[in-house]
Amino acid sequence: MPLTNLTGIARSDGDPRVEQKGPSSMSSADRLARALGWFSIGLGITELVAPGRIARALGLDDKAGLIRAYGVRELASAIPTLSVDKPLGLAARIGGDALDLATLATGLHRDNPKRGNAAIAIALVAGITLLDILAYTGVKAVHRRDPHSGERDYSDRSGLPRGPQASRGLARGDFDIPPDYRAEGQTADAVPHLVA
Amino acid sequence: MKALVWHGKEDIRYDTVSDPSIENPRDAIIKVTSCAICGSDLHLFHNLIPAMLPGDIMGHETMGEVVEVGSAAKDSLKKGDRVVIPFTIQCGECDQCRRGNFSVCQRTNRKGGLGDKAFGHRTAGLFGYTHLTGGYPGGQAEYLRVPFADTTHIKVPDGIEDEKLLFLSDILPTGWQAAVQADIQPGDTVAVWGCGPVGQMTIRSAILLGAEQVIGIDHLPERLSMAAAAGAITINFEEESVVERLNELTGGEGPHKCIDAVGTESHVNLGQPDTLIDRAKQMLMVENDRPHVLREMIYVCRPAGVISIIGVYLGLVDKIPMGQAMNKGLTFRMAQAHVPRWTGDLLRRIEDGQIDPSFVITHKVDLSQGPEMYATFRDKADGCIKVMLQP
Ligand SMILES: NC(=O)c1ccc[n+]([C@@H]2O[C@H](COP(=O)([O-])OP(=O)(O)OC[C@H]3O[C@@H](n4cnc5c(N)ncnc54)[C@H](O)[C@@H]3O)[C@@H](O)[C@H]2O)c1
Ligand SMILES: [Zn+2]
Ligand SMILES: [Zn+2]
Repeated sequence: MPLTNLTGIARSDGDPRVEQKGPSSMSSADRLARALGWFSIGLGITELVAPGRIARALGLDDKAGLIRAYGVRELASAIPTLSVDKPLGLAARIGGDALDLATLATGLHRDNPKRGNAAIAIALVAGITLLDILAYTGVKAVHRRDPHSGERDYSDRSGLPRGPQASRGLARGDFDIPPDYRAEGQTADAVPHLVA
Repeated sequence: MKALVWHGKEDIRYDTVSDPSIENPRDAIIKVTSCAICGSDLHLFHNLIPAMLPGDIMGHETMGEVVEVGSAAKDSLKKGDRVVIPFTIQCGECDQCRRGNFSVCQRTNRKGGLGDKAFGHRTAGLFGYTHLTGGYPGGQAEYLRVPFADTTHIKVPDGIEDEKLLFLSDILPTGWQAAVQADIQPGDTVAVWGCGPVGQMTIRSAILLGAEQVIGIDHLPERLSMAAAAGAITINFEEESVVERLNELTGGEGPHKCIDAVGTESHVNLGQPDTLIDRAKQMLMVENDRPHVLREMIYVCRPAGVISIIGVYLGLVDKIPMGQAMNKGLTFRMAQAHVPRWTGDLLRRIEDGQIDPSFVITHKVDLSQGPEMYATFRDKADGCIKVMLQP
């Protein structure tokens, strides 16, 4: 059952309920980034919990400690990837991919009986790296503040039909700050003998 | 009907939803003619405000035409009335409403128990906001059910376009209250952090209230140009030091009044390293807000000055220099705007040609373009300052 129906219990009878979902504010790059973030969490936890098994499968038995550290790295990059600051997380992931590839490459030498596994892992990581790069360039492009934004000139939009100068203090004629909003102590009135 | 619906972080959709219906005699239904996206909606878009549920309809800046009136609201509303709906829902009868503190109405938060737990005491029901404030469906939709409709509406005359009236729902009275609660007096130097829609309205309000010098602070040139259009002096915080410049402009004494129209999402940048630390803490969920502006205001404000906070804060903020604030004898005032307290007066000023709030609209589009407009407004792309949507 979709979550929107489940949360229906929190609504009252007269509240509208979702009948059909429509287009979202998330671009496909945003969705890819989100998926990669969750992938990072899954992989990170696996690397943290079972570094020995991963190391053995790749014939890199002496690297269990390193793989656990990579697990921490995966989780650390997942946090910004799943946040609003996706490019930061994705950039961290791309750096991480390079480290992963370098480490896996050490498993390719002839006397590693598991070098077939290492090769498959390299192919997988290379694929993920490609997705990371796609997501990174994608979110950067979609959420770019275009360079001309800052050149927009709104200096003709005063919002004060009589002009800024003539508007200064215009409201004072018929509006006093209400007593409950007066904040500034009027020292000169309060202690005239001290300021005379 | 169609509506903009929250489905999760950065995920707003243009969905088909069931029509709202009257469920209480004080309810009314309005057919929305115009609505807008607010900076507060961005906090929801970023999932920084707890207790949102997938399926919640967004929007709290709405106006339209009354199409159905509950039996208990018939004395004050009738079919065909043209109304702007305040973002705060008020009963008009409780102790707080009678004092004009409408945004902390004691009766309209239908999930008051949640509000009591989260804030210590419940606050008013709000449209299109968290379930801590009642989780009322919002007005970025074709129709809106208005609870407590007999007291939650501003009647507006025909003959003035929506563009000029819509912002009575929120940002105009909000900016006005930001200035009023700073107790602006002629002769004051008033510094306004943030030149978004709320900051823009605050700047105009400060001018109308007679501030001698109004200073607008931001880093987006197009927003600064709009601030300057009303006669504000501008400071680009990415190009110069805010503290130095404010002292320079006040003979070293600091502004009398400092207004925060930025709130929890202070811009993260290397030049303000505390924002990096706050951002990291936010990601790790050990701090809710990025209170750079509060720190800067307290530091630069003239002793015995006033700090007015209208930008929204959410929860726990770190490293607020209370020592400076205490020793300088600063006064703090803050609130969600008590919208109807000011709207009668402000409507008159619009009719009288003292202010025309439509200046802030940079994008006017169909409601169906809402999802992409959320991203455009958030990214500050395409020169966007304020988005008006029409179903
Ligand atoms: N209290 C209320 O009743 C009420 C009502 C409406 C909106 N709000 C709040 O007001 C705030 C502003 O709303 P908005 O619609 O103008 O949003 P906005 O996001 O368009 O504007 C915020 C502006 O602040 C600028 N900014 C960021 N960091 C800054 C810094 N360190 N110094 C100076 N400027 C900085 C941004 O560049 C941006 O222009 C939000 O927090 C919103 O939730 C409060
Ligand atoms: Zn708002
Ligand atoms: Zn009340």
